[in-house]
Amino acid sequence: MTETTPTDSDAPIRVFLVDDHGLFRSGVRAELDRGVAGTPAIEVAGEAGSVEEAVAGIAHLRPDVVLLDVHMPDGGGAEVLRRVRPQQPDVVFLALSVSDAAEDVIAVIRAGARGYVTKTISATELGGAVRRVKAGDPVFSPRLAGFVLDAFSDRPGAAPAVDPEVDLLTRRERDVLRLLARGYAYKEIAGELFISVKTVETHVSSVLRKTQLSNRYELSRWASDRRLV
Amino acid sequence: MNTPAVAPRATLTRRRSGRVVAGVAGGVADHLGIPVLWVRTAFILLAAANGAGVIAYALLWMFVRQEAVDVRRTVGRTERQQALGLAALALGVGLAAAALNNSVVGWIVGPLGVAAVGVAVVWREADEAQRRRWAVGARAGVLGMGGGGGRAMVVRVVAGVLFVAAGIAVFLLGQLNLGQLQFGVLAVLATVVGIAVLTVPWWVRLVRELGEERRERIVESERAEIAAHLHDSVLQTLALIQRQAADPREVQRLARGQERELRNWLYGPTGYGRGGTKVATLDEQLSVALGAAAAEVEDTYAVTVNPVFVGDAPLDDALRALVLAAREAIVNAAKHAGVGEISVYVEVESSGDDTADGRPDEDAVVHVFVRDRGKGFDPDTVPEDRHGLADSIRRRVERHHGSVRLRSAPGEGTEVHLAIPIGRGDDRRDESVPAPNDEHEDAR
Repeated sequence: MTETTPTDSDAPIRVFLVDDHGLFRSGVRAELDRGVAGTPAIEVAGEAGSVEEAVAGIAHLRPDVVLLDVHMPDGGGAEVLRRVRPQQPDVVFLALSVSDAAEDVIAVIRAGARGYVTKTISATELGGAVRRVKAGDPVFSPRLAGFVLDAFSDRPGAAPAVDPEVDLLTRRERDVLRLLARGYAYKEIAGELFISVKTVETHVSSVLRKTQLSNRYELSRWASDRRLV
Repeated sequence: MNTPAVAPRATLTRRRSGRVVAGVAGGVADHLGIPVLWVRTAFILLAAANGAGVIAYALLWMFVRQEAVDVRRTVGRTERQQALGLAALALGVGLAAAALNNSVVGWIVGPLGVAAVGVAVVWREADEAQRRRWAVGARAGVLGMGGGGGRAMVVRVVAGVLFVAAGIAVFLLGQLNLGQLQFGVLAVLATVVGIAVLTVPWWVRLVRELGEERRERIVESERAEIAAHLHDSVLQTLALIQRQAADPREVQRLARGQERELRNWLYGPTGYGRGGTKVATLDEQLSVALGAAAAEVEDTYAVTVNPVFVGDAPLDDALRALVLAAREAIVNAAKHAGVGEISVYVEVESSGDDTADGRPDEDAVVHVFVRDRGKGFDPDTVPEDRHGLADSIRRRVERHHGSVRLRSAPGEGTEVHLAIPIGRGDDRRDESVPAPNDEHEDAR
């Protein structure tokens, strides 16, 4: 929006939309183009309606952030992640879907997405989420936080953790996740736990890493329901 | 799979073009990815050795479909010559074997061979009829001889039948040592077998079409069910939304309600997307009951309630009370907060949480947080009309030894925290002494 010469840090974030519904793409594009409050600005660099188009378009345009639909023909968002990430590890993915079923959420997170939001999110929140994943921090919706807590909880009969490094959450990580699930923003969590926002982000990043790497039964089950593992 | 290097193996179909007899050898070669000459040689060798090649070829012809799409292939002169040469070679070997010793091979090369040629001619006509049917796209009668192949076809079929009849007759007449009765029985049997073999293509087609028809019927009823559901729910809602377009609040309420309903239908525990395998015995679970309560409030007050559940527990008296109390808290938020979104977080926390030794949750505590980012208020100056909190929430929860914490400040939203212990014996139900409660610090 600002026409000043952008320095490296406030160069606009270039976003690529992947969704098989043209109507939804144009809706998001219109919202983002109209300008979402805050800096850096967000611009839509390109869009794609299928897995093939997405892989080609991302390779060509090299966007900062890809907004990725979960359900598409030919493998969906997870397929795009699988094909793009080995080639372009620096592209960040934010999954955007109507479904908040556990298997969908966990599947794309484990395939490498750094965040998950549902399509009912407001434009301002979407802008915030895009900036956050661009900055390297994960975006956990309350529901995703709930799933992860559930998957990592030790309930009776659950298989013991194989690798404590990735199969267990620390007490602090649990606290942070719980507050996320209760609908708290990062800043509110920081205030609640008397830690800095940066520390909250570190905890959430670590939870994201564990969610992606852990072999806990619940996580692999949800992922394998979508034939991911 | 990152490596698309391995081409998917072609399914076994018979070639429709570039074939010599029925496209079986070509199809097998395509399926296995080897030169077609090898396959033909193998068939011929097996046929010459003991006739197994002929039977294998016949079985594959019967049960493998023709490829549905016509791929252009041409059989070169050399290839055709090779194939015919191989056949001649096999014939020669067979004759030599017949001359040398046994009569079995002699029959195969002689009368039964003639019959086999007749069968091949008739089956080829059946394949042709199938192709024409595909080309025309019309569905001929199941037992019809095919979609009108003209006089040439009739001539070929008749010739084939004559071949078969002649082959069988010569074969039978060769058995000179048979008595009259035996000969009669054998003749009848042979005729029946001949007719059965000749009509194999039509039997196979009949069975396949029955199977296909059944599958179509299943797909059809599935489609009808989806259509009916979409009509009853989504289309009705869309119609309502169009009529209420002037009232954003009502549109929001309808859209949200429809979304919830559809989501439940698709992804719910007994939903369509789950294949309907699970039996609906979940009615008595905390998550179901609280989810329903949240949905009710959503519908009534046109707000969005996002419940998140961690863990679940079967409903008992304490949890029923908790659900009612939580509902009241959600209603309060919907009525007074002045925002459209309410977060609800439910966690079943077993007391073994710290030790992580997976003890059964005999002393589990269920926490419910109801949070909004609305106006908030100063808990010390609650107006008279907000006795909902005192009556329906606090009393309900405390009767079951639970606790209520309230956090609110003007402009900062409100959070109600309900906690109730579950899994305790009934003996504590009648105690009138409230449970020791160290969480009361900022409750009213």
